[in-house]
Amino acid sequence: MKFNQWNGFEKGDWQNEINVRNFIQKNYTPYEGDSSFLAGPTEKTKKLWDEVLELYKKEHDAEGGVLDIDTKTVSTVSSHDAGYIDKDLETIVGLQTDKPLKRAIMPFGGIRIVEKSCEAYGRKVDPEVDEIFHKYRKTHNDGVFSAYTPDIRAARSSHLITGLPDGYGRGRIIGDYRRVALYGVDVLIEEKKKDLEILDANEMTEDVIRQREETDEQIKALNELKVMASKYGFDISKPANNSKEAVQWLYFGYLGAIKDQNGAAMSIGRTSTFLDIYFERDLKNGTITEEAVQEIMDHFVMKLRLVRFLRTPEYNELFSGDPVWVTESIGGMGIDGRTLVTKNSFRILHTLENLGPAPEPNLTVLWSTRLPEGFKRYTTDLSVKTSSIQYENDDLMRETLGDDYGIACCVSPMKIGKQMQFFGARANLAKTLLYAINGGKDEKTFKQVTPEFEPIRSEYLDYDEVVRKFEQMMDYVAKIYIKALNIIHYMHDKYSYEAIEMALHDREIIRTMACGIAGLSVVADSLSAIKYAKVKVIRDANGLAVDYQVEGDFPKFGNDDDRVDEIAVNVVKTFMNKLRKYQTYRHSKHTLSILTITSNVVYGKATGNTPDGRRAGQPFGPGANPLHGRDTNGALAVMNSIAKLPFDSAEDGISFTFSITPGTLGKTEDERVTNLVNMLDGYFAQTGHHINVNVFDRKLLEDAMEHPEKYPQLTIRVSGYAVHFTKLTREQQLDVINRTIHERI
Amino acid sequence: MDYDLKYYAKIHSIESFGTVDGPGIRFVLFLQGCHLKCKYCHNRDTWDIKGGNYASLDDIFNKIMRYKNYIHPNGGVTVTGGEPLLQVNFLIELFTKLKKEGIHTCIDTSGMVSLTDDIKKLLSLTDLVLLDIKHIDDEKCKDLVGFSNKLELAFARYLSDNNIPVWIRQVLIPGYTDDEKDLIKLRDFLSTLNNVKKIEILPYHNLGKHKWTKLGYKYELDGIKQATNKDVQRAKKLLGIA
Repeated sequence: MKFNQWNGFEKGDWQNEINVRNFIQKNYTPYEGDSSFLAGPTEKTKKLWDEVLELYKKEHDAEGGVLDIDTKTVSTVSSHDAGYIDKDLETIVGLQTDKPLKRAIMPFGGIRIVEKSCEAYGRKVDPEVDEIFHKYRKTHNDGVFSAYTPDIRAARSSHLITGLPDGYGRGRIIGDYRRVALYGVDVLIEEKKKDLEILDANEMTEDVIRQREETDEQIKALNELKVMASKYGFDISKPANNSKEAVQWLYFGYLGAIKDQNGAAMSIGRTSTFLDIYFERDLKNGTITEEAVQEIMDHFVMKLRLVRFLRTPEYNELFSGDPVWVTESIGGMGIDGRTLVTKNSFRILHTLENLGPAPEPNLTVLWSTRLPEGFKRYTTDLSVKTSSIQYENDDLMRETLGDDYGIACCVSPMKIGKQMQFFGARANLAKTLLYAINGGKDEKTFKQVTPEFEPIRSEYLDYDEVVRKFEQMMDYVAKIYIKALNIIHYMHDKYSYEAIEMALHDREIIRTMACGIAGLSVVADSLSAIKYAKVKVIRDANGLAVDYQVEGDFPKFGNDDDRVDEIAVNVVKTFMNKLRKYQTYRHSKHTLSILTITSNVVYGKATGNTPDGRRAGQPFGPGANPLHGRDTNGALAVMNSIAKLPFDSAEDGISFTFSITPGTLGKTEDERVTNLVNMLDGYFAQTGHHINVNVFDRKLLEDAMEHPEKYPQLTIRVSGYAVHFTKLTREQQLDVINRTIHERI
Repeated sequence: MDYDLKYYAKIHSIESFGTVDGPGIRFVLFLQGCHLKCKYCHNRDTWDIKGGNYASLDDIFNKIMRYKNYIHPNGGVTVTGGEPLLQVNFLIELFTKLKKEGIHTCIDTSGMVSLTDDIKKLLSLTDLVLLDIKHIDDEKCKDLVGFSNKLELAFARYLSDNNIPVWIRQVLIPGYTDDEKDLIKLRDFLSTLNNVKKIEILPYHNLGKHKWTKLGYKYELDGIKQATNKDVQRAKKLLGIA
């Protein structure tokens, strides 16, 4: 391949094959300096952002926080006309519909969900769309429920398995949007056509047929992408010519994905260092200034802050605050020892200053203890100021994933363009434990949800007996769980295939079956109470265990106490091994996350009293966090406990949400930054995987609850993503406030 | 069981992430027991020598080592209380082990103890002393904490003579420790020491009050206002550190 657009780039394999990593490695410029080169917002940026803030306000005041819905046009890559915020001011263009913040309908996932969402916000779906999707076109949601078995339905409605993507898009697929910029769409189509030749196999098996059909869908989607770009006056069939085009091409690729799919998490990948190569070339040629570069990045990020999906109020209970997880992974180290931090890693973080804090894009720093000091200090300084950044352990992930992976959603790492996942939400392990005690009868509804297991009948719980029965119940849950996920992803591929995202992947990819667990610290503490204290069972008239009385003290998860931490480690390993026993759809690799997002509140609500003394209905700790208030030895003890959880049994990520008051982090601004840098270095050296860092005072949040109008941009990190605090439900706001905020008087 | 107080300490609690008691990230060990009766104490629950739990030297040392990754490079271990110097024999053992690991050691004390050989030995293993000068005026000191300030002033002098780095801490209590004359006198005293690396003003707050109430004691400073930022600035000026 040869293109004039590539003039000035170092040659390499990337010119003979689709190989973005090779392009990056050959061409990028590591940056070891500090943030002093950064430029503030231009006049254009300020004006445009003011217009966006005005739109935000209108959206906030609209019914249910939804400004407008296009109820007629079924959204596809090229469905809508061009849309602008303010055409003359925009450096980077492209919206999901013809107007900013106007939400699109995507009924391939499920027509009833679209109807319900529209109704919740006072609209009605166009009758023609209704007819098509009720009468002629089956959806993902229909497909799933036509195949669900009674045991899956029972486990689902009793909240044993929760949040399954059977009523919403699975998401968590990252297209390699950089390919659009580097190669142009025509090359990508040609490569896919070559794939079809390879797939002209002698044995026309089901697998090959499916791949041929999918590849054909991908080619169509790529052609549609060109159509969409042409509506904005761009021809993206050829590679991007300069940095502005590179950002625009890349964004068009992403825009195609978010017009096509209402996925739970629509992450953008690892783009900033890739784009830096284009910026460096233009800066070197003198065709652009630092101010103009920052303007492009600011405008790009503004677009990412406008991504919206139409979702039901129930969805909001699970994943509160309208998140879309435009996760961008920043920094990290290369396997050759050079840092992957570039000037553009700084620039994308700098948008938090130029535009103010915001939940999206979900800025994720890939932390290595070997990151340049200037970058470490810049990003932690921004954390202290904005509470908008999450950190993940690059030293840990690089071992298995190399140096061109990105984070999907909150904590799920995957090789960009070479790996995807079947998102599987999570199993409620706290409830599983209660079922083990009650022989599969639900402690709240008294229904027999699982087949009848032998319940525990003793007055005091015996540790060995509980563990034995818990393992049996985990085995059952794992089986039902994988059954459900296989159905969901079979149907998702069939009825709502992510053609444009998969078009930006290789032909041969790794697929993971990404399971998850909720309530880990509740389970660990419960088992610890049974083992180290005495737990008396309180039964109702029918002999069902409904409450527990703990006599004596017991070690609690989150205090770096091996006695209980090892219990938690064993639960993770055991459940992971149970999952591995069951065959997965498309032979995907079993993985596990310890992540609840904001659903720890909902799951807690659906779960009765637990043997650790937690009361029925109380929220679980989010992700891998200890239960609220149980950690009494300070922040680092919590980190040490969580860092013990084995990443190789939870490769889909282990989420820790950390909140601290500024005064507790350090006395001066400089001390706060230094302490946070050392804290992160330490946590990741202990092999911790992920951390959300929040720095705020409880009082601030309480005030924001009472006077939301004063805090339109107040951003906080919840489990795995950031959110506008004022957009959380009141229940979740209280959960955040009640959660341990590390504070010393 | 009888505990050998060389190898066991009576502890109140630990804080794995201390940032206000010495430089960098500190593992803070709160020892149980204090002989002073400071009216403003915000850890009233650490006084009773009979309270707390015994922990072994090895357990505490091993626990600290779990935090080496965070303490590095500019943090360390701070022992506070209670009055840590009441458990001097244990601390000699602990600090000897910590120094072998190259860990920075710090003691937060009132200095209200006699300078025994044991105390001197411990101080030779101590990288930094956080010295809370209770009151520069002897009479007022007796009223505020129940003891004369003679011992702690001698303690401060010893640290200076032996070149052991000190951060001076002065709790600023409106109506008790903020008298202009006293602050000037304190400044004059501090100017005779040659080892003071930092002077910290800790504004009085009543957040420790609930601990008194909970234990059934009367909180004597009830009604005393908390020191404001303005008060702190004034005191700093008088101490010549503004």
